[in-house]
Amino acid sequence: MTKKSKKIQLDFWFFVRLFVILGLCLFIVYPFYTIITKSVFSNKVEGLTLYNFVRFFTKPYYYTSLIHSFVVCFFTVIFATLVGVPIAYLMTRYNIAGKKMLHIGIILSLMSPPFIGAYSWIILLGRAGVVTKALASIGMNIPTIYGRNGIIFVFTLHLFPYIYLYTSGAMNSIDSSLEEAAENLGMNKLRRIWSVTLPVILPSLLAGCVMVFMTCLADFGTPMLLGEGYTVLPVMVYNEYMSESATNPYMASALSVVIVSCSLLVLLFQKAVIDRKNYMMSSLRPPKEIELHGVKRFLAGLPIYIIVFLAFLPQVVVVCQSFIERSFSGVVKGVNLNNYRSIASKLSRNIRNTYVYSLVAIFFIIIIGILVSYILVRKKGKTATLIDLMIMFPYVIPGSVLGIGLIIAFNKKPVILVGTSAIMIISYIIRKLPYTVRSGSAFLYQMDPFIEEASINLGVSPMKTFFAVTARMMLPGIMSGAVLSWITCINELSSSIMLYSGRTSTISVAIYQEVTRMSDGTAGALATILTVTTILSLLIIFRLTKGKVKIV
Amino acid sequence: MSNAVIIKDAVKIYEDFTALKGVSLDIKEGEFFTLLGPSGCGKTTLLRMIAGFNSIEGGDFYIGDTRINDIPAHKRDIGMVFQNYAIFPHLTVEENVAYGLKARKVSRKEIPGRVERALEQVQISHLAKRSPSALSGGQQQRVALARAFVIEPNVLLMDEPLSNLDAKLRVQMRTVIRKLQRQLGITTIYVTHDQEEALAISDRIAVMKDGEIMQIGTPKEIYSRPANPFVAGFIGVSNFLDCEIRSSSSGSQVILKDAAPLPIKLRKEFEGKARLSARPEQLFFTEQGMPGKILFYTFLGDFIEYEVELEDSQTLTVNEYTKDTSIQHDIGEQVHISFDPDKISLYDAATEEVLSL
Repeated sequence: MTKKSKKIQLDFWFFVRLFVILGLCLFIVYPFYTIITKSVFSNKVEGLTLYNFVRFFTKPYYYTSLIHSFVVCFFTVIFATLVGVPIAYLMTRYNIAGKKMLHIGIILSLMSPPFIGAYSWIILLGRAGVVTKALASIGMNIPTIYGRNGIIFVFTLHLFPYIYLYTSGAMNSIDSSLEEAAENLGMNKLRRIWSVTLPVILPSLLAGCVMVFMTCLADFGTPMLLGEGYTVLPVMVYNEYMSESATNPYMASALSVVIVSCSLLVLLFQKAVIDRKNYMMSSLRPPKEIELHGVKRFLAGLPIYIIVFLAFLPQVVVVCQSFIERSFSGVVKGVNLNNYRSIASKLSRNIRNTYVYSLVAIFFIIIIGILVSYILVRKKGKTATLIDLMIMFPYVIPGSVLGIGLIIAFNKKPVILVGTSAIMIISYIIRKLPYTVRSGSAFLYQMDPFIEEASINLGVSPMKTFFAVTARMMLPGIMSGAVLSWITCINELSSSIMLYSGRTSTISVAIYQEVTRMSDGTAGALATILTVTTILSLLIIFRLTKGKVKIV
Repeated sequence: MSNAVIIKDAVKIYEDFTALKGVSLDIKEGEFFTLLGPSGCGKTTLLRMIAGFNSIEGGDFYIGDTRINDIPAHKRDIGMVFQNYAIFPHLTVEENVAYGLKARKVSRKEIPGRVERALEQVQISHLAKRSPSALSGGQQQRVALARAFVIEPNVLLMDEPLSNLDAKLRVQMRTVIRKLQRQLGITTIYVTHDQEEALAISDRIAVMKDGEIMQIGTPKEIYSRPANPFVAGFIGVSNFLDCEIRSSSSGSQVILKDAAPLPIKLRKEFEGKARLSARPEQLFFTEQGMPGKILFYTFLGDFIEYEVELEDSQTLTVNEYTKDTSIQHDIGEQVHISFDPDKISLYDAATEEVLSL
């Protein structure tokens, strides 16, 4: 008689689980733990203290950054919704000309490196901006791009795609009979949208809003370039930790704890609202597209054309900029490839680093992603839940915070990683793994579990079945996630800027430095490299997934 | 080596409930054996224990003389056809069929011939190079079948293989499966919840309910002599009537309300409350018998199905074959119903034990 064995099986999956959990503890939990412990100490006071937090909430210098962050996040969410929802509505309900291209354009502008947007708008609308000067010459003054309004403007153009993607997904799944029923009950079109369509898409819209809010809250590059005194939390963290005058890891840690608490609050709020209001929709008849013709069709598309043009403009500006050679005073010397020659000689190490680090990170992300997705979907249990929770943790930890955590955790013996390539790669893996795991596990959920059993039944061992059948079939899901991981790796700035050393600097760090040094040309050339790589990578997944790529 | 399958006291326990409560089966070599029962009866659980995909909490499983309890699934050498076919989507039809042969390290020279023969046997040779996504449900079913038997397994398991097909194809495919099984002589264990399918295809059937076996027998035995009211109700249509049995020196009699007592033969002495079960075709209209009224009728071509209300407002279904009579009764008509006491089944009302011969 065989007894029911409750013993832990020491098989392959046991060791995978063990290593994944150890890895996550070492590189996520432990760094974050060190941040928390650091935050309750200070070099001014002995022993455990809330000194840092008291200072934060009493000194205007600190707490204004929290207010600034909230103001920026709040208004960005509002404007992104005002832009994103109508676009989603128009795109799902009308036969807008060039719909496919617009859709791809919107996704491209979301995936482009965020700080490149800020940099391009400085080129256009900054103090010495092209448009600013042109308008000034005819006596017109435009509002400044620097400060709060500029940050909100750039964030809105960069992040409205989240709102668009979430809500258009929901709008496509509304059964058309629902709106017809409202019409049949005597509602006019506007009231119909207000009373039926909007409430039904609300959970998705909220999810989109939370994405926008969290991205704003965590982003470092845009407010750093545009802020000029309007300091938000991530910039404050950077200043506290990196400023040449007085490095204060205790205060920086306390600030990090504040940011993560804010993110967690927002997430909990979303969960509370969504759990209460979630409509199950079995869409039998997706909404029909309304055919417009001639001028009407053009007018319906016009707002979308304008927004997508504005959102995509930074990419174009950057590319143009890269071919213009300027003197130190900013005078145009000619159109040539000198910027590229200059980065090839001065910054080739950064370029190599970006690609090498990202490739190594992606290699690990794919392998860990396949294994972890499999555990999450097929080996459910307590360990799987724990792994799921820890894997998704980087969603709420901004890059700069993770960067500080890794530095504090690994800058002393026995493990000194600070300044090495390893720490850059580790931070990329930790931060970008969720994309691949999400995509891979979603794909695996739809896969027939009996296929694996069929293989085992035909005489192939479970281990061999996993590699020959399961992993092979998961590949499309894993790869489309991995491309997103890859794109976000090469464009990564907020943790790189904390972790880089002279030898391990990357393209994005170099762009940031070149921009602050006013070398627009070389920055443009570097940004062009990133933009082109991003666009090519995205086009590859559009190809691979036949346009059905899931960004959100 | 004999490929009989013997299962002794199989027990399956999920966290808080027992899915199989000590099931024993003795399946003969070359037999087509069906596990039949409603969903949740444990039939698929048992099949997956034989295949090695479910853990075994108790009992012994033998194929021939080999105890398979501790042999991992991939070494059991059992073919299986899955409900949704589980065709490898990334392989062509012939690669699917060759998959198990490659795993068995069959020589490269031999594989193409065996694959070709298998595809011929299920009549899809022309689809060999196709990708599974380009196949219809019935064709995928044939691929799954070929892939399972090409490895010449000791035993073939089938888990509701026809449930995803439309009615017409289902009948067609079950004939294909039955003929192939006869031809190859593979011991086959087949799971279904469709009693008609089970009757049509099996050598023997085990009817299961709540993790226990209710009856094992040939289709004919199970249909005409159901072991308990559950089997009588699950297989085909049955009318149930409460009755009483009285015995005297001259024999036993069944007594129904409003009808003359009928003599019956019992397998043992019994007196008291009983349940009578009769198939619709075992009931007929006569001059004397239980009085009732026609409530409704449905003309179904070769027979007419009558719904009759008895005086105590129980309703019965009575089938009358059009070849046997030209009379058609009307709604509201008063009729009398009787039956041949040797053909119906009787059960002890308390223990549900079978009483009739």
